[in-house]
Amino acid sequence: MKKELSYIDSVHRDGRIWNLSVMVILLLFPVAVGLIFRAGVDWRGFAFGMLATAPMYWAVGIIETFTFVPMLGAGGSYLAFVTGNITNLKAPAALNALELVNADIKTEEGEIVSTIAIAVSSIVTTLIIVLGVVLITPLTPILNSPALAPAFDQILPALFGGLGAVYISRNWKIAIAPVLLMLILFIAIPALGSVVSIMVPVGVLFTLAVSRILYKKGLL
Amino acid sequence: MFRHGKSAARQPAGPGFSGTGGIFLQFNVNSPILYLLALVIVLVVLAQSLYFLRKAWRRGREIGMPMDKLKRIVIGTAVFTIAPALAIVISVISLSKKLGIPLPWMRLSVVGAITYETPAAANALSAMGLEWAKVTALTATQYVTVAAVMTMGIMVGIWLVPVVGKKLIGGMINLEKRDKKWGEIFSASMFLGMISAFLGYVFSDFAAVFKGELAGLVPPLVMLVSALMMGLCALALKKLNWRWMNDYALPISLLVGMASAIPITAWLG
Repeated sequence: MKKELSYIDSVHRDGRIWNLSVMVILLLFPVAVGLIFRAGVDWRGFAFGMLATAPMYWAVGIIETFTFVPMLGAGGSYLAFVTGNITNLKAPAALNALELVNADIKTEEGEIVSTIAIAVSSIVTTLIIVLGVVLITPLTPILNSPALAPAFDQILPALFGGLGAVYISRNWKIAIAPVLLMLILFIAIPALGSVVSIMVPVGVLFTLAVSRILYKKGLL
Repeated sequence: MFRHGKSAARQPAGPGFSGTGGIFLQFNVNSPILYLLALVIVLVVLAQSLYFLRKAWRRGREIGMPMDKLKRIVIGTAVFTIAPALAIVISVISLSKKLGIPLPWMRLSVVGAITYETPAAANALSAMGLEWAKVTALTATQYVTVAAVMTMGIMVGIWLVPVVGKKLIGGMINLEKRDKKWGEIFSASMFLGMISAFLGYVFSDFAAVFKGELAGLVPPLVMLVSALMMGLCALALKKLNWRWMNDYALPISLLVGMASAIPITAWLG
């Protein structure tokens, strides 16, 4: 008799099918454009373009996978790694939703909450981008206006200010060391601002190490 | 296709008949067929989101999660998403000046983010001897090459999650089973690790303040306003018993923080 899959196992099965299918479809985009317009790839440009792009972003992709999958759960991760904008949108959306209903990502409820939050965030984003594309002519002068530019330039500080206030106030003992470390590092080495994706796992590993020491000493 | 060396001069110049007798299309970065291809991909990704939403929602109901709780997650997340999504629309507009609308629309609806797409496209163009700032009209070959680099340069997460996701999440669940308290601290530490990296990032221009460039104060001040707003929301929830505030505290602090950036930048920037 066929064994019935648990919810989490079925999420992994469906996620694998979806993600690998989307990957193939994404790869077909340049192929289809090439076939339709009878154009080939400039292989030299492709090779050197990849050489300049892939090492950094493949490394970031690997690091982000190991960093964010445990934070976002199964369904949320499959979706977030397809729909993108993880650090500036999907991860904060999941964290906010988990906080909202006081759920833990390692429970089935947390898994469901994170998946719903990331799915809703992806759907809303997709629809807003479609609206933006349809209304691009009237919207461009508004969204690109110099008056609003500072607001959109500062979206990350505004986002992590609110999110940080919640998490740090609740876990201040854990937060002190990593916040201090990151402040010192980023102020001393401003160039780190361009590789923040790589600093996320550094922050995570450092925080885990500090927490483990504090936990073993009975301070948490 | 995918042969090297088809130069711009050898691209079809307009609609007509190819040497082998087939009809070819004139290339344009905003060609209707490109919109159609982008739309297909966007619809597939939308379908995946809807599929997982339905699956999680049904499971939530099965395990007894109240409808009200599920609705709160949906509404709270939808409201929170609006401002960052508008920032992504700005990225589409910005990239569309060089790449047309369909490619940035598709790229920013899937895997990408502006921080990746622009350097990836610029690297591909640079490898073909072009300069991002000076590009005006791409040929089909250049466009295909740029699209291929943008697509393949960030493909890792899509296939790596199916490969390692189950083991990673299984490991997390086992951790929780072995030591519940450490499991909880582990989760909080991961979230705080990420948040601390971004708090540090907010201060990455701060060193310029010591040289008299006060613009470096703008991001930390915006962050402070947002954090204070979050504190006020928490106070309103506690003292005035405004329960709805719990669902909208993050979008409110995000919007107030963003709005504060306008006068703060005018003052210091």
